[in-house]
Amino acid sequence: MNAVVHARGLRKHYGRTVALDSVDFEIEAGRIVGLIGPNGAGKTTALKAILGLTGFDGELSVLGFDPRRQRAQLMEQVCFIADVAVLPRWLRVREAIEFVAGVHPRFSREKCLAFLSHTKIAHGMRVRELSKGMIVQLHLALVMAIDARLLVLDEPTLGLDILYRKSFYESLLSDYFDEQKTIIVTTHQVEEVEHILTDLMFIQGGRIALAATMDEVAERYAEVMVNPDRAEAARALKPLNERHVFGKSIFLFDGVERARLAELGELHKPSVADLFVATMKGTYA
Amino acid sequence: MNKLALLLKREYWEHRGGFFWAPVWTCVTILVVTVFGILTAEVVGRRNSVHFGFSLDKLKSSLDANDMIQAGNALDMVQLMFGAVTCIVLFFVLFFYLLGALYDDRRDRSVLFWKSLPVSDSSTVLSKALAAMLFAPLLSFVVATAAYLVFLLLVTLWTAAHGVNALPAIAAAHPVGMFWRLLLTIPVDALWALPTVGWLLFWSAFARSKPFLWAVVLPLLAVFLNFWFGALGLPNFDNLVAIKDVAARLLLSVMPGGWLGDDSWRAMQVRFDDEDVMRSFDPARVYALLGTANLWIGAAVGAALVAAATWMRGRRIEVNT
Repeated sequence: MNAVVHARGLRKHYGRTVALDSVDFEIEAGRIVGLIGPNGAGKTTALKAILGLTGFDGELSVLGFDPRRQRAQLMEQVCFIADVAVLPRWLRVREAIEFVAGVHPRFSREKCLAFLSHTKIAHGMRVRELSKGMIVQLHLALVMAIDARLLVLDEPTLGLDILYRKSFYESLLSDYFDEQKTIIVTTHQVEEVEHILTDLMFIQGGRIALAATMDEVAERYAEVMVNPDRAEAARALKPLNERHVFGKSIFLFDGVERARLAELGELHKPSVADLFVATMKGTYA
Repeated sequence: MNKLALLLKREYWEHRGGFFWAPVWTCVTILVVTVFGILTAEVVGRRNSVHFGFSLDKLKSSLDANDMIQAGNALDMVQLMFGAVTCIVLFFVLFFYLLGALYDDRRDRSVLFWKSLPVSDSSTVLSKALAAMLFAPLLSFVVATAAYLVFLLLVTLWTAAHGVNALPAIAAAHPVGMFWRLLLTIPVDALWALPTVGWLLFWSAFARSKPFLWAVVLPLLAVFLNFWFGALGLPNFDNLVAIKDVAARLLLSVMPGGWLGDDSWRAMQVRFDDEDVMRSFDPARVYALLGTANLWIGAAVGAALVAAATWMRGRRIEVNT
């Protein structure tokens, strides 16, 4: 078993609110997993449990470590960017590099400096003098210079403009990711990560609503654009979701034969966003 | 590089203002006041063409050996004063440093960055305790010593301008002896400070908001309730242990030299002797404090509180969860 993360009966509650309700999941090495769910679904709790930042019940092992007891060892192999604002504001860029280089055995100063040389960040600057986008660039430069086995990103591009967001994921893919590494990412901007993910995990109300590889998703789910006269026939096949565009109906199906769907109308591959909306129906109702 | 040294450096980066600049500005202020004093003496002296206080010209003619001993002791006293004044500033710096040490990064969420690095909670807490107990006091002491050297230089130049050689007086003082004696008080200060270090770090790691209220109001409330119970004739602690002394140990022990007022230590000692500052800070006398129960009970309680703060640090991460 070469699972990077292995969870069985993972539970966490805050008072009477259940954040994670006996969740089981595995994350294999070399995957890029999108952990996607509505606000309050338990995404951040799951990530915090993986990173040893919260207590939990049940069984969880990350790279063979128990995150509750072995956080310091675990962090030699795991990196995370929680969201934009967590670098301390008083820290200078030079000090950040010196500190991480000193405490992290797998940090490469050269890689970090090379990455920073493509930005406008000067070494004498303090974090509070940097723009939001530059803070993320700095954090990314520090993290990408660490040869970690697991990278956890929790809303890494929150509040950034589209230029920074694009370059963030591009650098991540071209300069960082390889088959030895695993990435878990949560974000609300599903469209932006969709094309880089290898696996998808939907989480809703503290439970895993869907866990599949992107290939499986493409096989299972199909979207059909149907003219009004065939809509009843389509509804008979029990679609997950129905929406209307330009007088036509678009149905989303799970596990229905392609041939039968093709008779109804034009077939499409559903976007993760549409799949998400269909799966999460009724979340806030 | 040694991890602990780097963690201490981190504390220095964050608290350069309190650890370094606060003693520097304190000493600069004392030196500026000294210079103003000298200038005032010059101006007033010239205007009235009389000399006041100890007349430098008179000094030149009539200095005997006894006067030299007194002058030397006065200089030792000044050296002590530089240390003492920076220590008063250090007390406030350390108090608020410790209250914020495990709280501020949780409030601004940068704790998530620190926790993303392979540094254990025990090393983090240890580095903060050591920064308060040894690193900041040493730095402050170095600054005070440098300031004293500048002071000696100023006095030498001033007296030289009047044809008086200050070097015999400086030779009668004990700058090196005082340096070692004051330096050797720092480990004693550190042990003495441990209960306050632990107490403040614990509430810093515990509080979801306003660690100051927890750390300060709680002991004051205990003192007040004890007093009130006593006033009502209800059972209270005054017979067992003076609760206000306990509160003082928990809150005020980061004051360097706070043990100078400790009764059990004083009982073993002669009083502070301003005729002979060197003798007052004889290591044999200072280290007699290690023979008091007060020191060791406090140190044990402090160590337990530091351990509790470490435990808390692993559990309370963000302030709102």
